[in-house]
Amino acid sequence: MGAMSTTDEAEQIAPAAAGGPPMTFDGDQVVFELDDLSCYYGDFRAVREISLQVPKNKITALIGPSGCGKSTLLRSFNRMNDLVDTAHITGSVRYHGVDLYADGVDPVEVRRRIGMVFQKPNPFPKSIYDNVAFGPRIAGYRGNMDELVEQSLRRAAIWDEVKDKLKSPGTALSGGQQQRLCIARAIAVEPDVILMDEPCSALDPIATLKIEELMRELRENYTIVIVTHNMQQAARASNFTAFLTMGEDRAGYLVEMAATEELFTRPANRITEDYITGRFG
Amino acid sequence: MTAHTASRPNALTPADLQIGAGRRRRERAIGALFLAAAASSIVISAAIIITLAGNALNFVVQVDPGKLVTDGWFPRRGLYDLATPIVGTLVISGIAMAVATPLGIGAGIYLSEYAGRRSRKILKPIIELLASIPSVVLGFFALAWISPNIVQALFDAPLFNMLAAGIAVGILITPLVASVAEDAMHAVPEYLREASYGLGARRRTTSIQVVVPAAVSGIVAALILGVSRAIGETMIVSMVAGATGGSLFNLNPLDQGQTMTAAMTALAIGSDQVRGAALTFESLYFLGFLLFLMTFGLNLISDAFVRRVRRKY
Amino acid sequence: MAAQSEALSARDLVARRLQGGGSDWRSWVLEGALLLSLLVAIGILFVLVSDVLMKAFPVLVERPLDFLTSTVSARAERAGIIQAIIGSVTITLIVAALAIPIGVGAAIYLEEYARDSRLSRFIRTNIRNLAGVPAIVYGLLGLAVFSTALGLGSVLLAGGLTLAVLVLPIVVITTSEALIAVPTSIREAAFGVGATRWETIRSHVLPYAAPGIFTGTILSLGRAFGETAPLLMVGAIAGTFSFVGAPWEQLGEGYTTLPTIVYHWAGYPQAEFRALGAAAIVVLLGVILLVNATAIVLRNRYDRKW
Ligand SMILES: Nc1ncnc2c1ncn2[C@@H]1O[C@H](COP(=O)(O)OP(=O)(O)O)[C@@H](O)[C@H]1O
Ligand SMILES: [Mg+2]
Repeated sequence: MGAMSTTDEAEQIAPAAAGGPPMTFDGDQVVFELDDLSCYYGDFRAVREISLQVPKNKITALIGPSGCGKSTLLRSFNRMNDLVDTAHITGSVRYHGVDLYADGVDPVEVRRRIGMVFQKPNPFPKSIYDNVAFGPRIAGYRGNMDELVEQSLRRAAIWDEVKDKLKSPGTALSGGQQQRLCIARAIAVEPDVILMDEPCSALDPIATLKIEELMRELRENYTIVIVTHNMQQAARASNFTAFLTMGEDRAGYLVEMAATEELFTRPANRITEDYITGRFG
Repeated sequence: MTAHTASRPNALTPADLQIGAGRRRRERAIGALFLAAAASSIVISAAIIITLAGNALNFVVQVDPGKLVTDGWFPRRGLYDLATPIVGTLVISGIAMAVATPLGIGAGIYLSEYAGRRSRKILKPIIELLASIPSVVLGFFALAWISPNIVQALFDAPLFNMLAAGIAVGILITPLVASVAEDAMHAVPEYLREASYGLGARRRTTSIQVVVPAAVSGIVAALILGVSRAIGETMIVSMVAGATGGSLFNLNPLDQGQTMTAAMTALAIGSDQVRGAALTFESLYFLGFLLFLMTFGLNLISDAFVRRVRRKY
Repeated sequence: MAAQSEALSARDLVARRLQGGGSDWRSWVLEGALLLSLLVAIGILFVLVSDVLMKAFPVLVERPLDFLTSTVSARAERAGIIQAIIGSVTITLIVAALAIPIGVGAAIYLEEYARDSRLSRFIRTNIRNLAGVPAIVYGLLGLAVFSTALGLGSVLLAGGLTLAVLVLPIVVITTSEALIAVPTSIREAAFGVGATRWETIRSHVLPYAAPGIFTGTILSLGRAFGETAPLLMVGAIAGTFSFVGAPWEQLGEGYTTLPTIVYHWAGYPQAEFRALGAAAIVVLLGVILLVNATAIVLRNRYDRKW
């Protein structure tokens, strides 16, 4: 970190040094801690040497241009990338202190604790009830399933809209409702973290606002990491924002991470400033 | 850093990130079961190659080379003129392709380029139905209808003849050729057609000068696959081509002839089998191995053509 | 000067095209020829069915029940297909019991479990090649392995095993296609809530792919039902015999099947036997038609978009 250059080229070439010291949190507030994380698809490095921390019960937004590796990074948080044949990582992702990629860690349990909401709403082609009950059922939930389903749907702010048609297919709902159903499905397994990959990109503005409002409520109980290409959304809905972009090798890297307000008003880095003011590219 | 993390009150251990032992065991067992199922295909292939090659080798080692080039295929008398069943197979496959090429490709082009959605929905199942007619039924039809009503009506020919067999085999493989050719033309991207129409071309020009050339690899693949299927077809030729008791070398489609497959059924059901005539069993496998190699080679070539289409689009 | 006349003729050309689309006889000839090739193919099916029905008419009208319940006989007026029906049904059951679980399991391995490794690529290529091996070669395999090496002899069980092996690659390929058609988003959704691979497959992938898998397997059973050549290699009797018993009693006995008996009767030149063969074909085609109709109905009902 010593020899920090201020020229533009230096910023392009030495991105790790660009954002100043990485943002850190108190030990018991850290949910994720990434150390030099690189993600590969075969030989192609999609994400390069990212180190950052994600704080508890906050909303952390990942922003950056399309293709810079936001989804890849997010999917390394719950080992969703394991599903891609060629994907592998170097460096480490610690979750409450445990290296998620260590031997003996089962990605199935990882995903149970770290839920995910996808870009395109993807309810199972089954009833609304079964959509929510599937996760708890396979996890061996012993309590009252009806109650759990209702509670999850309530927390996802969709109970009132679906309580009379729990047996009808989840795929018959509107896009925004489907996405909230997917959120209910994710929280039914009592996760600790919810990862959201551009959850509103397929929704209209009103449905989008509903989801953002829901996210603020969920923050009380969950740690949320959201990928968005919509900067207003990041500004509106998140506590912290990490800005990624990609270098000439097309690998995404972290430019800087800061409190959201700080990043949008006083970006520490020229590249960030260019991006958030629309002068990017 | 690590020491610091470990001392956190809320720190997890790797053991927290595991699923129950029962669930994990079940998961492993099921995965192993599926792998075994997939591996069974390797066992089957190995068994095919070993049994065919082994017995074929026995034939090659034991047979008197002079008996491989004689006047005809008469295993009963120890005469194994290879040219007889091979040429018979080629004659019948040639006739079959003469039938299936225009019918199959014509039907394929029509289905892909001309038929509307509605008529496709009716025509395709009919073609599929035609494809699922057992070959023994077509053999019966060739004997009971094609031979007397077409071949014998036009030519001076016996009831059992290679022409009737070839026509029936052609009918058998027409749906196959049609559907593979149609798939190939279907894979031609819409923008090529639109570009052609955009230049003011008609449907005729578009389909013949744009779509067919673009799909030519797939169409060739369809024809090669057709040849492969024709060579391996057994029931029709056994029933219609005659020559169940061996045959003289014959090139004339209006006469009876021997094919590799028909020679094999004849050997197997015993009309040619003579106890003690040592090499009948081995000659059966020799023909089988030959047939296997021929169709395998053709299928590989056809596959290569199909892959060329996929690479292009 | 030349340029002007060219321009004129170009205009003529355009005008002619705009007006006279219908007078383009070459297009009509081509479309007619293409349609004709399709219609010839379909027409053959029509001729075949009507010829068979006509030839089968005497048997179907005079002694339909007797034909279905009698054993094969050298006397045409007493011959029937009960043994063939029992044989074909039993063999199809054996094929279903073996080829469906193994084939579906193999496809699940290839599409859901296997990484893109050399082994999985080899298995895939291998299965594609197996699907292209002529049916009669499977008969040779059955003869060498089931009848001879395992010592089963020329019995129904050997026939069933042989056809199960023949149908297996087709089941794998059709099941694979059905599995590939399942959208990845469904799998991601299930994995995302902490489902294991098998839980994902059982609860979401298989139900979604079920109509496709069912269509594929039923068509391959239809294929086994109509197969003849390999069975001739492993002892299906194209002749007369007297044994008749329940399916489980058949396993270790000599046997025949519907297509085998068609082959047998087609070999006689007499019209009475032709009629028997045609009547057996009517039954055989009836089953095939049923199989195809089921497949079409299933496909139309479940051809949904995600
Ligand atoms: N399954 C995959 N296989 C290979 N490359 C991939 C795969 N998924 C994404 N990539 C590549 O990784 C890079 C980052 O993609 P992604 O994480 O989806 O970016 P973002 O979400 O920021 O748009 C892109 O160059 C993309 O092409
Ligand atoms: Mg993305």
